[in-house]
Amino acid sequence: MLNIVAAVAGRDLKLAMRRQADIVSALFFFVIVVSLFPLGIGPEPDLLRKLAPGVLWVAALLATMLSLPRLFADDHRDGTLEQLALAPHPLGLVVTGKVIAHWLVSGLPLALIAPVLGIQFDLSTDALLVLTGAILLGTPALSGIGAIGAALTLGLRGGGVLLSLLVLPLYIPVLIFGAGAVDATVSGLGGEGHLSLLAAMTCASIGFAPWAAAAALKIALE
Amino acid sequence: MTDRFNLYRFASPATFYPLAGTLIPYFAAIAAVFGIAGLYVGMLVAPTDFQQGEGYRIIFIHVPASWLSMFIYLVMAGWAAIGLAFNTRLSGMMAQALAPTGALMAFLSLWTGALWGKPMWGTWWVWDARLTSELILLFLYIGYMALTAAIDDARRADKAGGLLLLVGVVNVPIIYFSVKWWNTLHQGSSVNLTKSSMAETMLWGMLLMAMCFWMYSIAVALMRVRTIMLERERHTDWVKAILAGGEQ
Amino acid sequence: MIYWNSFSDFLAMGGYGLYVWGSFGVTAAVMLIEPIAVARHRKTTIARLKRQLRAESRTTAE
Repeated sequence: MLNIVAAVAGRDLKLAMRRQADIVSALFFFVIVVSLFPLGIGPEPDLLRKLAPGVLWVAALLATMLSLPRLFADDHRDGTLEQLALAPHPLGLVVTGKVIAHWLVSGLPLALIAPVLGIQFDLSTDALLVLTGAILLGTPALSGIGAIGAALTLGLRGGGVLLSLLVLPLYIPVLIFGAGAVDATVSGLGGEGHLSLLAAMTCASIGFAPWAAAAALKIALE
Repeated sequence: MTDRFNLYRFASPATFYPLAGTLIPYFAAIAAVFGIAGLYVGMLVAPTDFQQGEGYRIIFIHVPASWLSMFIYLVMAGWAAIGLAFNTRLSGMMAQALAPTGALMAFLSLWTGALWGKPMWGTWWVWDARLTSELILLFLYIGYMALTAAIDDARRADKAGGLLLLVGVVNVPIIYFSVKWWNTLHQGSSVNLTKSSMAETMLWGMLLMAMCFWMYSIAVALMRVRTIMLERERHTDWVKAILAGGEQ
Repeated sequence: MIYWNSFSDFLAMGGYGLYVWGSFGVTAAVMLIEPIAVARHRKTTIARLKRQLRAESRTTAE
């Protein structure tokens, strides 16, 4: 079972490594969006510190969504996806592998670069740590939920915009608890509660979302 | 086996189409009766609320619209579950027929909520947990309608929309509780409107209006589903017979 | 039984007239326009389907 997941994830990672430019673009999108906010709002440290969690998290949601339309589209185009769907092993495991690969190339880099951006917003060391932890814990849920949207919109015209319409409302709980964790740390309340809820959401979505996405893929491939 | 056969027969568009046609006027009439009764009780008989003055009378449409917006989403998800489990054609059509009405209910809930909030809280919009959830519910309706509209193949649209509804209905409670928690953390509105004790006539007015909205929604959804059926089943004999028969 | 003293009291809604009638007015408009829009859509759909049916039967007859 784990073999299938690992094999698919490994294959997707290898394919992603051939397209490093895409990963870097999404990362720079994140950096640029976050850097635009101080320019729009003004450089006051107090205000920026207050806005930082929300700004960083909204930018992270948008950045992880950039690569979602591609999640199944390439495999769909060259017929790999249909073969995977016909294979004896459950499609849900294949999707789990793809979700893991998607997180490794989209969520993980965001978590690594987020503390650097947090410094722009004058966040304390504690808050930076919690921010990194929250993005690490929360982005897998984004990849999982996003996979459902990507599968539902597979091959549709205007798929990218449609995908964001479907997926962004479902991202709201992750946004609330992700930004809430940093917020709570900034205000000295401690973000552990938020972080554990984020972890719970990630576990639930990694467990369930791939199967829903697999069902959506089967509908799309019929 | 016979039960199943009957179920399928009832769920077949050819049987449901004329049935819906006969039912629509009844539901519309019941809606009108409940509406008149509800407006009479709510607007003419019910006394004023000592905290909120006459402005509270907006709840006679705000609360029913909010209830219906949530209820319709649940009903759509129920149809979606039936459709995905038993592969019935009617389910997807019903879900699609209900969606615009549900979205309108969500819109009305937000609109009346804003008009209520202005005199009560002094602003058109507060990030109150219930208003925020209602806004997100509207987004979910819009997402569903956009998805089904983007898929040309009707069967795929039904199934993909159904799956989205099921995913949505699982998420709605999570979204609601996270928004609620977010709201208490950020100390939103301290005014809690349901806490003020409600006179019995007020409750009656609200229930009557809720019945009116409910029956109205059924009537409009049935009207809409009949059009969807004609469109979808245009190559079948029963639709051709109806079209040749000169139905208006 | 009726709570109001005069019709103008009823219209004023204790100073909340704009908000109350703004809510009820828009709701009434929505509940009026929606069925009309649905009925019109039904009419145009039936007309279009009839045209298509006629076109189809003509091509099969030929």
